[in-house]
Parts: sequence; C-alpha cells; structure tokens
Amino acid sequence: MLDSNKDSLKLEAMKRIVAMIARGKNASDLFPAVVKNVACKNIEVKKLVYVYLVRYAEEQQDLALLSISTFQRGLKDPNQLIRASALRVLSSIRVTIIVPIMMLAIKEAASDMSPYVRKTAAHAIPKLYSLDPDQKDQLIEVIEKLLADKTTLVAGSVVMAFEEVCPERIDLIHKNYRKLCNLLIDVEEWGQVVIINMLTRYARTQFLNPNINVSSDKEKKAEAAALAKRKPYVMDPDHRLLLRNTKPLLQSRNAAVVMAVAQLYFHLAPKAEVGVIAKALVRLLRSHSEVQYVVLQNVATMTIKRRGMFEPYLKTFATQLLYSFYFFCSWRFSPILYKLFNPFEKLNINNKKMRGCFSCPRQTYIKSVDKDFVAATIQAIGRCATNIGEVRDTCLNGLVQLLSNRDELVVAESVVVIKKLLQMQPEKHSDIIKHMAKLTDNIQVPMARASILWLIGEYCEHVPKIAPDVLRKMAKSFTNEEDIVKLQILNLAAKLYLTNSKQTKLLTQYVLNLAKYDQNYDIRDRARFIRQLIVPTEKSGALSKYAKKLFLALKPAPVLESPFKDRDHFQLGSLSHLLNAKAGGYQELPDWPEAAPDPSVRNVEVFSLLERVTTLTSVPEWTKCSSREKRKEKKVEKPFYSDSEGESGPTESADSGKFRRTPTRSRFRLGGGGGGGGQKEGVEERIQEAGARKRKVRLHFCFCVLIPEIRCYALNICPSEQSSESDERKRARKSKQQKSESESETDGDEESDSESSQSESDDSESEVDVKNKKAVQSKAPSKPVIKETKKEKKEMSLLDLDDFEPAPSPQVTPVNSFLSSSLVTDLEGLSLSDSVLSPAAISPSGTQKCYELLHRISGEGLSVEYCFSRQPFGPDANMVAVQMHFANSAATDAKNLHMEDVKLQSGMRVTDFPEIELLPAGETTTAVMGIDFCDSTQAANFQLCTHSRKFFVSIQPPVGELMKPVFMTENEFKKEQGE
Amino acid sequence: MIHSLFLINYTGDIFLEKHWKSVINRSVCDYFFEAKEKALEPENVPPILQTPHHYLINIYRGKLFFLAVIQTEVPPLFVIEFLHKVADTLQDYFGDCSEGVIKDNLVTVYEILEEMLDNGFPLATESNVLQEMIRPPTILRSVVNTLTGGSNVGDTLPTGQLSNIPWRRAGVKYTNNEAYFDVIEEIDAILDKSGSTVFAEIQGVIEACVRLTGMPDLTLSFMNPRLLDDVSFHPCVRFKRWESERVLSFIPPDGNFTLMTYHVSSQNLVAIPVYVKQNISFMETGSCGRLDITIGPKQTMGKTVEGLLVTIHMPKAVLSANLTATQGNYTYDLATKVLVWDVGKLNPQKLPNLRGSLSVQSGAPKPEENPSLNIDMKIQQLAISGLKVNRLDMYGEKYKPFKGVKYLTRAGKFQVRT
Repeated sequence: MLDSNKDSLKLEAMKRIVAMIARGKNASDLFPAVVKNVACKNIEVKKLVYVYLVRYAEEQQDLALLSISTFQRGLKDPNQLIRASALRVLSSIRVTIIVPIMMLAIKEAASDMSPYVRKTAAHAIPKLYSLDPDQKDQLIEVIEKLLADKTTLVAGSVVMAFEEVCPERIDLIHKNYRKLCNLLIDVEEWGQVVIINMLTRYARTQFLNPNINVSSDKEKKAEAAALAKRKPYVMDPDHRLLLRNTKPLLQSRNAAVVMAVAQLYFHLAPKAEVGVIAKALVRLLRSHSEVQYVVLQNVATMTIKRRGMFEPYLKTFATQLLYSFYFFCSWRFSPILYKLFNPFEKLNINNKKMRGCFSCPRQTYIKSVDKDFVAATIQAIGRCATNIGEVRDTCLNGLVQLLSNRDELVVAESVVVIKKLLQMQPEKHSDIIKHMAKLTDNIQVPMARASILWLIGEYCEHVPKIAPDVLRKMAKSFTNEEDIVKLQILNLAAKLYLTNSKQTKLLTQYVLNLAKYDQNYDIRDRARFIRQLIVPTEKSGALSKYAKKLFLALKPAPVLESPFKDRDHFQLGSLSHLLNAKAGGYQELPDWPEAAPDPSVRNVEVFSLLERVTTLTSVPEWTKCSSREKRKEKKVEKPFYSDSEGESGPTESADSGKFRRTPTRSRFRLGGGGGGGGQKEGVEERIQEAGARKRKVRLHFCFCVLIPEIRCYALNICPSEQSSESDERKRARKSKQQKSESESETDGDEESDSESSQSESDDSESEVDVKNKKAVQSKAPSKPVIKETKKEKKEMSLLDLDDFEPAPSPQVTPVNSFLSSSLVTDLEGLSLSDSVLSPAAISPSGTQKCYELLHRISGEGLSVEYCFSRQPFGPDANMVAVQMHFANSAATDAKNLHMEDVKLQSGMRVTDFPEIELLPAGETTTAVMGIDFCDSTQAANFQLCTHSRKFFVSIQPPVGELMKPVFMTENEFKKEQGE
Repeated sequence: MIHSLFLINYTGDIFLEKHWKSVINRSVCDYFFEAKEKALEPENVPPILQTPHHYLINIYRGKLFFLAVIQTEVPPLFVIEFLHKVADTLQDYFGDCSEGVIKDNLVTVYEILEEMLDNGFPLATESNVLQEMIRPPTILRSVVNTLTGGSNVGDTLPTGQLSNIPWRRAGVKYTNNEAYFDVIEEIDAILDKSGSTVFAEIQGVIEACVRLTGMPDLTLSFMNPRLLDDVSFHPCVRFKRWESERVLSFIPPDGNFTLMTYHVSSQNLVAIPVYVKQNISFMETGSCGRLDITIGPKQTMGKTVEGLLVTIHMPKAVLSANLTATQGNYTYDLATKVLVWDVGKLNPQKLPNLRGSLSVQSGAPKPEENPSLNIDMKIQQLAISGLKVNRLDMYGEKYKPFKGVKYLTRAGKFQVRT
C-alpha cells in the first residue's frame, strides 16, 4: 500500500504501521518502504513517517541516511514551524554519522529569528550530547548563547539542556541569573521546575546562609528582639530577588512547581520566611494520591530536619495536614503518616481538636486491616509521650483506654508502648501496672503478655500483692505459653524470688522445674542460669550475692525515635531524596559558602545602565524592574553615604551588597549616637530585664513547654521532669536547677544523661539563667528608682535625638554621661550613690553578659569570652573596656596570646590587651582591652594569635554597653535627678 | 528526563508503548508487575519503583497504569504531574480515558504523545495547542474523513506554541461569544455527637467555559476576595494583579478549563447547611438496636438543600434494618452493610426522619462504636463561603460577550459522628 499513489492508502498503511509500533511489535522490516515516503506531500503521512523514522533510524542507520537530505532542505524552509520540526526529527535520529550535520544545524538554529526554532535547538542539544559527548565544548558555546536569550519560550528548554550537558558550569549562569529570575513567572510550568531546581543549586553556591546567625547562638534567643536588629548578615539583593520571584509560583496549579518552590524556600530562605510554603504543601495533599505520596515524604523530611522551621505554623499546619490526610489520602501511606506524626504530635496532642482527629484514624484503623497502621499510630503516640513529659499522662491514659479495646492487636501494641513509657516513671503508675496485671487473663498476644510480665517483674515492689498472684497464674499456664512469654515468666519468678522470697519460693522452684524440661533450649538454659544464680547452693557463692543487682538493676528507659532522619542530605523533591539513594545524574546540593563570592559577576549591563540611569529613558524590558529598584535605592543611598563614617569609594558591586545595611546602621546611629541615646536604650533594656524578671522566668518556662523539640534536641531526651512540674516549683527550682538535677536520684539514669548533655550543649544558656537570677535578686531593691529615672530619661532623650554627631556639643554630653553613670550606680542598688566614686566600684558584678569571641571547638581548645565590664578604661576615657576571659581547655599550653591585624571602621580605635605570654593547659586568665567604637555598633575585627595559630574574631558592642564614666557628688547627682 | 511510557491495563497487559529516546525493552515492566502482585490492590502499588538501571514512576487512573521509565535524576512530581497531564489530555480528546478508547485511537494517542514530549522534556502540553495540531476525533469528522480521505492532523501548523500564551490558540472565531463561570464549593466537615463542628473547611473551584472570539483579556473581580485563604491558578492568571488588586486578570484558554481553586479554612466562615439529630444505639444483650435520624436545615442562606443522601456503614453484626422514613426511601445492602437513605429535597416545614430498629446477629458482641453518617447534598445557586463574583470585564475585543456565573455548593466529605 505504501507504494500506492493514493495518499489515503498510504495513510492507512502508515497508520497500521504506527499502531504496530505503539503495541510494541517490530516493524523494522518495512523501513525501506517507509523511508521512501519521507518527502510525501500529505502532512499526516509525513508525520507518521517521521514517527516511524525516529523509532527505527537507530537500528537501520544506513537507510536512515537517505532521509537526511529532506530534513536539511526543511531546515532552510521559510516557515519557522517546518524548520523547527525538521530540526526536531533530525536531532531525534540517533545516527552517529550525522553528528556534524546536527551540530551545524543546531548552531544555525540557535541564532534563528524565531524563538520557537531556538527552543527546538535547545531541545536538540541534549540529544546530540547523548549521541556524542565529544561535542560538549561546542555545545556549551551554544548553550551560553541560548542562555542569553530573552524569550520565555527558550528559557526552560535551555536550562534543561544546561542541566544535562554541563551542570557544573555554574559560571554560565551568573550573567543570566537576574534575567532568569525575572522571567521565571512567565516560563511554562515544566521549564519553571527545571529553572527553580537549577537556581536552588546556584544560590547555594553564591549566597550566604541566611540562617547562620539564628542557628548559632541560643542564648541570644532570649533577647532576640533586641539583637535581631543588628544582625551582621545582610541578604544579597539577588538572593532576595530569587525568593521574591518564586513566591507567587506557590500558587501554581502544577504540583511539581509548588514542590520546587517549596524546596527552594526550604533550602534557601531565612527561617522566618519558610512558613509560607506550609499552606501550599497542604494544598497539594488534596491532589492525586501519587502526588500525596511524594509530598508527604518531603514534608516528613522537612519537619524532622528543621524542627524549628514550622514552629510558628506547626499548629495550623499539623491540623490541616492531618485533616487533609484523613480526608484525602488513602491508607496506603500509613507508614509515612507514622513518620509524620512524630514531630507534629508533640505539640498537638493536648489540643482538643487534634484529639478529635486522632480518634478518627483510630476508629478507622480498627476497621481497617492495615496492621502496620495500627502499630504505627500507637507507637507514634508513645513517642509523643516520651518526648513531651507534659502530655505523658494524657497519652498513658489514652493508651490504657485502648487496653480495653476488643481488638487484640491494638491492645498488644498499646501494652508494648505502655511498657516503654512506664519504664520512665514507674513510681507514679502502679495502678496502671495493676490494671495491666489484670489484663494477663485476657490478652493472648505473646508479645503483650511478655511485656506485661516484664513490667510486673521489674516493678514488683510497687505491686507487692499482685505480683505473686500473677506468677501463680502464669505458673499454672506455663506449659501452654509461647517461648517469649515463658522467658518472661522465668524472669518474673527470679525477680520475685529475690524481693519476696517468702511467698514465692515454692512457685519459683516449680516454674524452674517446668522450664528445666522445656522443649526450647533457650528456656532450659535460662532456667539453669537463674537457678544457679538465685538459689543459694554451696557452690555459687560469689555470683549469687550480685543476683539482685543483676536482675533489679535500673534499666535505662528506651528512647523512641523516628526512623526518618537520615535522608536530609539530598535535595528535597528530588528522586534521590525519595528513594534515599543517589540517582544517576543527581547534582549534589552544595553547602553554603563561607564567604559570599563576588556578587558583581551577576552584574550584566544593568549596572552600566545604572550609572547612566538618570539620563536613560529606555531600559531593556527585562531589566526594567530590577534597575528601577536599584535606582530608587541608589537615590536613598546618597545622603547616607555622605555622612556615614566616610566610607569611601567602594565599587559599584560592593554597594549593591550594602544597600540594605546602611539604613539600618543609620538607625542605630540615631539610637546610639552621642553616648546618651545608646545608654538610654541599654538601660531600658536592663530595666525591663529587671522589672520583668518574673515574666521572663515565666516566659522561659513557656519557652520550654512550647518548644520541647528544641530542647529535646539539645538535651537529647525530653525535659520531662521540668515541664511536667508545676509552674511555681519550677520557678523556685530554676536557680538551683543544675544542682537538683544532678542530685535527684529518683530520676535515674535518664536524668543524669540529660544533665550531662545539658551541661555540654546548653552550658551558656543555663549559666546565663543563673546569672540573670542573681542579677535580678541584687537589683531588686533599686527597681523603683530606676523607674523614676527612666521616665525622666525619656524626656531627656528627646533633646539629644537631634544630636548624633560623634563629638557632641558640650551642653548635652555632661548630662547624658552623668545620667548614664547614675543609672549604673542605681543598678548597683544605690549603694554607691553617697560617697564612693572610685572607678573600681562602678562595676556591676553580676549583671554583665558574656559574649563568645572564640568557641572552644573552633579555637582548638582555646575559648575566649568577652564582656563589657562597664568600667572606665584607664588609658583613654573614650574607650570602652572589654574584659576578655581566656580559657585553655586544650592539652597543650597556649603561648604568646596577642592580637594582630586589627580592621576597623574609620574613627574607631583599639588598645590591645597586653600580650599573655603563657596560658597553661586547663588554666584561665583575663585581660582587658579598650575599644573606642566611636558610638557606632560596628564590629571591631581582629586576629587573635597564639604562638601557633591565628583566629579571626570580632567584637560587636550591643547598644547600651557604650558608656562613658563621669564623676560627681551625691548632691550633683540628686540635682540632676531632680531635673 | 522521561525515557519511555507504557500504558498497562488492570490485568497487566502492556497495550501501548512510546519511547522518546532509545528503545527500552518492555521487560523493564516486570519489576512493576512484581510490585503489583505484592500490592494486591492496584491503588497500593508504590508510585515510584527502583530497578537496577531504571526508575519506574507510575500513576493509576481509570483502571490504567501510566508507567514512565526514567534513567536519571528528575523531580518525581515532575513526572507524576506529566503523567496526569497525559491522562487529562486523553480525557479531553476522547471524553474518556479507558483502555477501549485508547485502543480505538491508538494512532492518535501515539501522535499526541509524540507532540507532548521531545527527548523526554515536555514540549506542548496545553490541550489547546495539541488540538490544533492533532484534531480530536468527532463522529462527523470521521465520516467526512472516510469519504474524502481527509485527515485528523491539522493542515495548518500550530501557532499557539509560538506565542507567549501557549494555552490559547490563535484565530478563534465564534458567532455566539459567551463566557460562563461555575463557582463550585465543597464542604468538608466533621460534626461530633452533639452536633458541634469538629472540623470544617471549604474547597472551592471556579470552572470556566469561555468561547470568545479573538484575544480577549478578561478581568474577573470578587465582592469579597479576602475570604479566600489559599488559592492556586491556571497559568493564564496574572499573579501580580492578584497580589496587588485581588482581581483575576487573564487571557483565557479556549473552551473549558479550571480557572482557579481556592480554600476557605477559617472555621467560623464555614457555614454548616444542615443539622442532624441522630440516635443510634445497640442493646448490650438483646439482638437489636435502634436508629433515629432527623435532618433539618441550619445555615442555608434561604436556599433549598437538594439531593440529600445519607450513607451509613453499619457494623458487621447488623443483619437487617426495619425502618420507616417520613420522606424518601432507604436501602440496606446486606453484603456491604451499607445503609443508604435517599432523602431528596429537604423540606424545612416537615423535617425528614428515619427511625426503626436494627436487628443484630444474635450472640455477636455489641459493636464497639456507632457508625458515622456520611452526608451528601447539593445547594444550587449558593456558594456557601459567601464568595460572590462582582463583575467580569473584557478588554482587547470590541464585541459584547454573554456572561454568566453559576454557584453550586455540595458536600465533600461531610461526616457526622455518632
């Protein structure tokens, strides 16, 4: 039929052939006959011939060459669509001989007028690359050219080609980065996914980690509000551009796009902004079940990897998630749900709504036969209870209720979980143990029976009456039990024998005899072992003494952990992440760079335009947005530069990095200028600290309760004791926390674990706590006075707000400094106000805060802390004294501690501390240095050198530590105070 | 990216294969069949399988498996979304996406697949563009084609792909220009025993049917856009205008499409249209139980509730139900233990009631918990969230279109616990 003249017959024939191909049958014999028709006029026939060609050309390379000339002709066609389709088919024919032809065609097409043809060229690039990898260099050139393309049509395809051919050539992206960001929203969906993924990787190499400060210091969290303002980190405007431009894509109908944006935010956004993805992710759960599957996996990782991330949104998120889950997801995902429960449940089990929700899966699962799910849910409840002490009772009660369930599986699983829970606090729950003892009559699941027996044995002293009775019953049914139960019966017998040998001696003997003739050798073994150990005979002298210790040793409570922790190293949303194995072609997500690479690489002609921007009226369309912003910023920028500390001549590109910083800095100058304002703020801060100490403690308490994960993280186990304790007791205990914890024997091994880990990781925090407490106590009497001065202070500050010159006018300064010192003395409990004016006396001992300069780890054993001693610095009154505590915890001595290479903002000065010649291992010492911060909050950077190493460190003053000493008499003070 | 696609039916026959790169032998599907065996239910096949050399990603739609074979790293959602897009497109074309239909149109399907992907990367996925290239079969056309020898493949090459708005084909012409929007809302809710709401939210979707000549630029505005909690749009909607002005500005695709979906989750905004008084109890000893259900209107905004249907999954032990309904009729399926009460229209004057006794298998223990009631209903001309379309403006074209908005509320997963 193919040889027929009639198109309709040809068409019919081709249709049959294609249908054969579609069904997977071999039609390669017909190749010569089909190829002849490649030049056929009828479009449908032609298309089908193309389909055939693409399918079989690889197998029949020689014959396929016959058709090439047709395509070459097609490439020159005036119609762009014909050009494109010719290129498409040509590049799809996998015949190595035509590689040069293809290369030529691609190069030509890449500079075609029509964007559609260029798009096809972009598609052809990976095809050619897979055919002949040697062409890589030439192809990269083409990619580079196409990357510069400004149409949305091309962008997605060329990035795809980039990802397949040369993902390592990140430098090609620099110049196109901003364009891609701006185009992103108009690119078709599939292109968006590819571009977003690529940009995620790009951003990871080019920008600084926005969370670097947040995650590093816990102690600061308490006063995060104050500190947040002067974070040294400033987000690169390009980084911001990316985040801003991807955000609307969360609204996309395409789940892949939403997920891509979500992972981008997860990997790149500052902590505070990540929450926006939560809603969109919940929405995805209403999609097809396959989508749910992938999304749930990813959400599970997100919540586990960064527990704090969803914190503010957790409640709503979890509620929605679970409801959505309940409604829309099939039960096939129960194992994932189980993983998910872990982080969520912690916060929400107390929530009434949640409980409603929990009950619904519970009801459903009893009906469902999915055993995994039953187990998963109950285990999840168990894990929840382990991790939040507060809800443990609730959970236990819930589980005990489950015990009366008729479904044996549920009961069994509950028993196992309860066992684990009780192991943590057995004393309180003897009634539960009793209840469980009763259950032995009914429960048949061996695991559960064994668990109950173990519990009873373990805590037999709590239930002295019931335990022997249980043993009696068990002895009766011993022969019919499963092995695992028999073993536990033996254990129970042994333990009872040791604690209560009067009642149980005979029973134990009986059980041991039964076991002696058991079929299972494990049991025979165990019986023999126990007999030797506990029954006093003449031979077994030595060991039996320790029998009690052996059997009734305190067992550490188990740690219930989520099994979903290990896949965080893959980029979210990727196949590799889902499979938890590296898939071919997976590009590692690089770590954040230590220092930001030069942002100027991304500057295209935008910046040259920028300089002429005042005269220019037309800006290329895609740069409009960004350049306009820049222009605005630049305008605002001008005055700041003129009066800020003479920061001179940074390059254009460096400016762009600093745009956002400058306004902030100037704000600080407003607040911190002239010494007075700054002190005021600082003092207020301290007043709040003092006045609100109660609140603070309470807040702290809330903090513990609300964010157990964070603490769990640090403590490794839950702060169960703390949070389950009543508010008041807690407060009373707070100051003695450390001591009492280490002393409390009842808490068992567990607590001491927490203690040690706490003292490691939370050291600074608790120290601060204690200090605060002390400070609070010492400050208490001075409170009313402070309040007075504060009021008046406010009026004062109105005056000097106008005045933020580094050298303040003479009338204002004395007042300021006078007040500041008076406040300092106030804070000392007014003890100094009458006569003593020696500088040494003005040292607020307990109130000062230590900041870390060099951590023990990074300093290789040398740790340095500094605090603002609030004493006048002798040599220069303008300088602030900074007291440094050196501690050498390394094994070797540190010699010649001194500072070097001081980098300062202009106007600032530093007096080095005297060189410390020797700091022996394990010793500590202090030194004082002076810094004139020039009333700014700029950091002083310098190198701290030992004989062998140099460490880069920086000291940044918090507002309120910049003080100036002033001497005055009591009368003067009172006079000033009265004003 | 996507290497090959296999369409597999319920019984495990591969009836279509398409390769976008080198051919992959269909024996790769054996891994999938293995997993399918293991999973028992077709819904339970894991969507993503790993084999030594390939990764298999499958979706299950309309009793068919769409199985994509990939070799390298690619976001799984990308593939899954694409497969669903394929299924959607086929549905668009043939009105149904089943094995029979695909087998009948095997060549067309093959051509569509050829156009959708190029070298494994999506090329033309908008059905507007595709329909321009490969025309959907109609009875009339197939008759004409057999008579004249014409073809299904468009003779003009598609222009939609060239524009920045790939979802709309060029040169659309209608004699009647019309634009219809259906605002459809579904209430998902759980009511507890006492009738108070445990959980409620509204899922909304705006389905559009736009048949307008030329390149119209439409702007749809709402009376109360703040209501919407979470939205997602068809790509034609301009995000920027939504963010700044809360209006939907778009150049619509031609024909039917989903303009946006939204979500109202704030519970106090979710009105519950009906209340249910129910009492289902089983005697501790005797082999019977009682059932008494009354349904009445609650917050219906003055509209009538229609198509009311109550479904109860009874416990296994319930043998039969002997009930009387004041309105509608009930059926009890002994095999599946499902009691269905078809109420129909809800009359506020005379509340429908269903009461009577249930006979329980003698000797069987009392069922552990009472079954919950699933309620289905419909309210015409009402969007329960109160969302209202304010106006629709058209720019770019001169004619006056005919505009229409329809509202519909229905129950999604509406459950009453007992």
